[in-house]
Amino acid sequence: MTTEIARHWRLKSQRYRLVGEVCPKCNNKMFPPRDVCPECADHSPQPAYQFSGRGEVYSYTTVHNPPEGYQEMAPYTVALIKLEEGPLVTAQLTDVANEDVKIGLPVEMVTRKLKTQGEEGLIVYGYKFRPQFTTA
Amino acid sequence: MRDVSIIGIGQTPVGEHWDRSLRHLAYDALAAAMKDANIEWADALYVGNMLSGEISGQAHLGPLIADFAGLRGIEAVKVEAACASAAAALRQAYIGVASGLQDIVIALGVEKMTDDVGSQLTAGLASAADADYEVIHGITFVALNALIMQRYMYQYQLKREDFAGFAINAHANGAGNPNAMFQQPIRKEDFIRSHMVADPIGLLDASPMADGAAAVILCPTEQARDFTENAIRIKASAVATDSLSVHDRRDPLWLQAAEDSARKAYRQAGVGPQDIDFFELHDAFTVMSALSLEASGFAERGKGTWLARDGEICLEGRIPITTRGGLKARGHPVGATGLYQVVEAVQQLRGEAGPNQVANARLGMTQNIGGSGATIITHIFERLDL
Repeated sequence: MTTEIARHWRLKSQRYRLVGEVCPKCNNKMFPPRDVCPECADHSPQPAYQFSGRGEVYSYTTVHNPPEGYQEMAPYTVALIKLEEGPLVTAQLTDVANEDVKIGLPVEMVTRKLKTQGEEGLIVYGYKFRPQFTTA
Repeated sequence: MRDVSIIGIGQTPVGEHWDRSLRHLAYDALAAAMKDANIEWADALYVGNMLSGEISGQAHLGPLIADFAGLRGIEAVKVEAACASAAAALRQAYIGVASGLQDIVIALGVEKMTDDVGSQLTAGLASAADADYEVIHGITFVALNALIMQRYMYQYQLKREDFAGFAINAHANGAGNPNAMFQQPIRKEDFIRSHMVADPIGLLDASPMADGAAAVILCPTEQARDFTENAIRIKASAVATDSLSVHDRRDPLWLQAAEDSARKAYRQAGVGPQDIDFFELHDAFTVMSALSLEASGFAERGKGTWLARDGEICLEGRIPITTRGGLKARGHPVGATGLYQVVEAVQQLRGEAGPNQVANARLGMTQNIGGSGATIITHIFERLDL
């Protein structure tokens, strides 16, 4: 179990802050970050890029039969979020009833508990998305 | 490059084989194929399998199965490409024979899923997706397909029941296949009433998990008549890949790897979709049938379900699919499925498909999909009139 700590720790910028990369050559904004730009195959180091965390629901579904480690949250809604900068991200939706979700719903990133591993295991935190507050 | 043919086929019934372990299932299919081909030895064995490590705690299947089947000593290795593992094993076997490095080669697919149940099996299947960026969010394999189907329905203004034809056709054909897991037809009302697994995917959109094994024997076409008068030629063998995750696809509603592998296969065979007499596609979920038909050139974008609606996919239709029940009714023992498709295609081309026989079948195509579309393997087979 202890070896799994590094696996989550090394993704902290992505999980907690939604940090991706931007290709210096073609300006493609990427999340998750990659070593090679999938658009122009450029191998040069990619500067970090801070995504705003805002986007809209591209697609969604509700999981009733969860995998090991996710039972306590079920049923939960997972979605593809279209970030306002372009990329799609897979994440759970939170702070919204499953039946109120629809394609096009404006959402924003928040940090939540992603997974538990029993009494003594890790609790993994990371991004989820909730409906954007509407300002009058 | 040498021309390659299939000289033997074998399969176990698909289902819950509580009394047979992974190695026994593998042996049953392998022995049947060797008997069918009249061979007692082979140069190599390629084993397609996805989950033996996770479910059975068993890696290293090459020597395990070779030894258990009386082939101790031969070259034997496992090939893994999620649900496309079996077609990937066939691809390796094909390369072995076509290259001239090997003469008689066995491609086997085997999966033992019922030794584990529920959440751990769900987690095992999800390992075909991106662990760090999809699976960590509690995604399941069904959920990934549901995300695709939900968007597809939105984009093309479809209802759930527009997909019913795929499941109805699969079950109708499964009724004629003694090796199918489900041999009962279903009605449209059953489809509409089936309970939701992950909205909009209902139970009757989804293929069942199962145990099973299927195998084929390959040799150079010029030697095929030494073994059988029923040889079936592999006219094309093509693999293409896409991003592992759905969110990284250029268009999540388009199976780019299906288009790429089908295009390559058509080019190798010198044919087009209009020449294909039947198509064993990867109907793990009904939406995958629509996407596969579109990307492989049988339907325009967004119109894959029209073929089901208009009866074009049934045995007498323009492009019969899942002619022996498909993943939906025959069952989906994931790492074996690709070779069930091939065994069934060979049955069709030999004229051995019984009540499911496609009249005058001469060219058949199979397409095996790994993950949500990241590995897609297309083969085209031709009846060889010796």
